[in-house]
Amino acid sequence: MPQTAAILLKDLRFGWRKNLPEVLHIADLEVPRGERIFIGGASGSGKSTLLALLAGVNLPTQGEVKVLGETINHLSGARRDHFRSDHIGFVFQLFNLIPYLSVLENVTLPCRFSHLRRQKAIEAGGDLQTEAMRLLTHLDMAHESLIHRPVTELSVGQQQRVATARALIGAPEIIIADEPTSALDSDMRQAFLRLLFQECDDTGSTLLFVSHDRQLATLFERHIALDEINQADQEGQ
Amino acid sequence: MAILSLALKSLFNRRYTAGLILISIALSVSLLLAVERLRVESRNSFAHTISGTDLVVGARSGSINLLLYSIFRIGDATNNISWKSYKKFAEHDLVKWTIPISLGDSHKGYRVMGTNQDYFRYYKYGNKNSLAFNQGQPFEQVYQAVLGQEVARELGYQVGEKIIIAHGAGKTSFTLHDDKPFEVVGILKPTGTPVDRTVHVPLQGIEAIHKDWIGGRQVAGLKISAEEALEKNLTPKAITAFLVGLKSKIATFRVQREINDYRKEPLLAILPGVALQQLWDMMGVAENALLVVTVLVVFVGLIGMLTVMLAGLNERRREMAILRSVGARPGHILLLVTGESLLLSLIGIALGLLLLYSGLLLGQPAIESRYGLHLPIGIPSMREWIILGLVGTSSLIIGLIPGYRAYRYSLSDGMSMRI
Repeated sequence: MPQTAAILLKDLRFGWRKNLPEVLHIADLEVPRGERIFIGGASGSGKSTLLALLAGVNLPTQGEVKVLGETINHLSGARRDHFRSDHIGFVFQLFNLIPYLSVLENVTLPCRFSHLRRQKAIEAGGDLQTEAMRLLTHLDMAHESLIHRPVTELSVGQQQRVATARALIGAPEIIIADEPTSALDSDMRQAFLRLLFQECDDTGSTLLFVSHDRQLATLFERHIALDEINQADQEGQ
Repeated sequence: MAILSLALKSLFNRRYTAGLILISIALSVSLLLAVERLRVESRNSFAHTISGTDLVVGARSGSINLLLYSIFRIGDATNNISWKSYKKFAEHDLVKWTIPISLGDSHKGYRVMGTNQDYFRYYKYGNKNSLAFNQGQPFEQVYQAVLGQEVARELGYQVGEKIIIAHGAGKTSFTLHDDKPFEVVGILKPTGTPVDRTVHVPLQGIEAIHKDWIGGRQVAGLKISAEEALEKNLTPKAITAFLVGLKSKIATFRVQREINDYRKEPLLAILPGVALQQLWDMMGVAENALLVVTVLVVFVGLIGMLTVMLAGLNERRREMAILRSVGARPGHILLLVTGESLLLSLIGIALGLLLLYSGLLLGQPAIESRYGLHLPIGIPSMREWIILGLVGTSSLIIGLIPGYRAYRYSLSDGMSMRI
């Protein structure tokens, strides 16, 4: 049985409102499973919009968004929310953590909302805590002194690693990272990416890495400049 | 459940503001319950200001007026009852006992009431409680007095004290019956009724101090000493009112009609329970006003909660976005924020109950001994549960306001981290 692509976009168009010009128009984009793809583009090129469409938070005005073979823009809102929590892990730019939860509670947070990821995490580690600790160990974050600290007292790099463990728990098929390194210095950036790649390889997750920092692009198997594949800009001008 | 534990942790993270809201809700809830309990108990105790008395009889006037001056010692009688009329009904076949009441004098602002020993035997208040003595015993001689608890406490009197009765009912009177002092022989236990504010003396005592008075004045030159007065006939010519206990309750209306139709003197007989109810209904406005104020206090507490929740919401949009990204649906966000308000008010209600009961435990003996009002420390009444239920429901409705806003935010923001 041929595996469906992780992400498949067909004639995707999106505008915020009917009478406003389109901000995104992608004729065709396919991301195979397990691929690590870098999506670059200056701010305003539609990166956030694309991510919102992939996550099913926004719906395209036209076209199809297929994630893991499921046409998510045809699902109901609740089903899209379910689908997202089951299959996609997110890492954002900054302040990714819930301030009133501990490190371990932050990592296991997706398992409160997704039964599937909870099950997968328990299968992988025996129980949620062990699995969370395993991921944190891989990310070099399992020191006693760190995991009992309030998350607001962690450094930015440490916070991003906790957020990564959270995105990875329960092995979702797709990891979407939205500028996760922009607050890190360049040494940290490399180290962070190495850890991220390794974890994605271990779980077989597809990594979608969105950034304006083109220097990082060379580290990825494939890179796409959103400005080039987005036809909405040219049409608008 | 997962969401409620998040709500708890989020509240704990903001424990100082949350604590302040809790205090305001707890205080307002305990105030509301305390007022409700006081209201019910004082209504009860008021309705039982006098019990076991079937009829109150006075000169013809209004029933409330009669009740006010005979039982509550407020205002004055329009007229007296002749001793002959009193005697006639006191010896009536259907009458078991009577208590004569003679008013008109005072001691330092407290009314002096002339009566006889039947008062201590038959007068009942509350749940058919008889009068009991804290110190001493009933009066036996003409120049003896028994004090209500408040009189003794406020004026610092002990048994054995000599007191002087003033003519008239004012607080400061210039005409004193200072030639005939009374000796305090007894002090009553608190009753929570006007008995506490009354100085009781024998009818003969009232008669004795007025022997040398005619028409409200001491007659110049006519001086009768205390000892001389004792020699004279001290049977009063008139009294102010009298209480009647019947042999059988069934006869109440018959005797009442007989008294009201008495041809030789215009008299009025009332059923104290009915008149008390009428009087309480007149005061119901004040009672309701008090309740409305405390309800408003609870409302203010809940509005305080609403303010804090709404004010914090904008800062929490990032938190909402993170939750959305890890799989929380907009409904979860609604539940989280509304759940926080609900938790706050439920904990507040629980604390309010705790506050009420500790207040009752601490205050009950003092209130009982000072005001004669017994506040029961039982489980909340049906009415109180309904009140608590209403507070909980309103807090849920109020909590839906920030909840709905967070819900709207999470729909429009999605996972974008705008802040």
